[in-house]
Amino acid sequence: MSKKIPSDIYEKTFSFRFKRWLDGTKDPFIDVIETKPQTISEEELERKEQYKKEKEERIKNLYTVGGSRRVKRFNKLYTFFCVAFCVFLVAMLLVAVSNLPAYGEATNPANNEVAKRYIEEGLKETGSVNIVTGMILDYRAFDTLGESHVLFIATAAVLILLAKTSDKTEEATGENDRIYEPKNDVILQTAARLLVPPIIIFGAYVVLCGHLGPGGGFSGGAIIGAGLILYLNAFDFKKTERFFTAKTYKVLSISALGCYCLAKSYSFYTGANHIHSIIPLGTAGDILSSGLILILNICVGVVVAGTMYTFYVMFRKGGY
Amino acid sequence: MTVFVYILLVFLVVCAIAVSFSKNLLNSILIFMSYSVVMSVIWLLLESPDLAITEAAVGAGVTSILFFVTLKKIEAIIKKEDKKEEEDEQKDSE
Repeated sequence: MSKKIPSDIYEKTFSFRFKRWLDGTKDPFIDVIETKPQTISEEELERKEQYKKEKEERIKNLYTVGGSRRVKRFNKLYTFFCVAFCVFLVAMLLVAVSNLPAYGEATNPANNEVAKRYIEEGLKETGSVNIVTGMILDYRAFDTLGESHVLFIATAAVLILLAKTSDKTEEATGENDRIYEPKNDVILQTAARLLVPPIIIFGAYVVLCGHLGPGGGFSGGAIIGAGLILYLNAFDFKKTERFFTAKTYKVLSISALGCYCLAKSYSFYTGANHIHSIIPLGTAGDILSSGLILILNICVGVVVAGTMYTFYVMFRKGGY
Repeated sequence: MTVFVYILLVFLVVCAIAVSFSKNLLNSILIFMSYSVVMSVIWLLLESPDLAITEAAVGAGVTSILFFVTLKKIEAIIKKEDKKEEEDEQKDSE
């Protein structure tokens, strides 16, 4: 038998507060963090009421006209089959996982000649100390080219969907949400002044040393993009627009993608025709080594950084 | 070390469930952010630092920022002062 505790003691316990938070009945961020329910216009209210009436009528019809028992039975069956399907799916997946080979075992099917070749000959063939980078930017560079293009196309789609055609409409309707932004926030600006240069330098380091250590174009580009977003948040659009506009983004990303395509098509041409590539691999471990990988890393980094920044700007403002 | 990994994995599951159960959108995003951070630590423990860096930068950084901006666009987040002003206006009108 569990002991009953009075409600005023129970209300002080952690479990009560956790349950309340989980239910959403009491929000711990109210009066702490800025939140506001959506404003509902009169038209919407009218529509809502009409919808409610229609729904009530529909339910009435459903339960008065014959067949209500059938509907009830269907609902019960539906719930039952939902739960049964979930349990079945979970059981199937658990069985599949339990039949998987153990992690990191030598006899696993993943340890075939491809992985062996990458590990044994990777350093000699690509000149990259970091085998992962050697793999994604040399053996499988075509995949990475596709990924870069996916990012570029994603930005293009965001530009099409969110770009504002003219600034006048925005001013006329007063839908500019930049008025809510903190202007000249001292804490944010000081933090940004201290943090942005190290972040961008670290991002550049990650991009440039992708073939020597962990990192590479994608991660480094994301770090640089995040640094740019922080800078944009602290100081206004005016400051960032001095060096990064839509034109800059277009020039940078298209030249980076074009450079990637050219470099890689040269490599594919020589590789496919058994011609010796004139690009030296250099000594492994040097910053200027491993042939094309450094250039490709820079290209990917530029594309990713531009994409991240453009995403943010388009979401925020709808244009540069 | 294995105990540490298990703690992180349990935290991951708790985060994943809490995201879907939390009624507040802001809470959901913050939990999602912490999920990404824990995931990047797990990547590090699985000896793939490349993925860890990317997960930390993209999952915890850029994605959450985009979520925040979207929430602001649909007016789910707004400044505290504005809320107070509105309440005052309502009181005045009453």
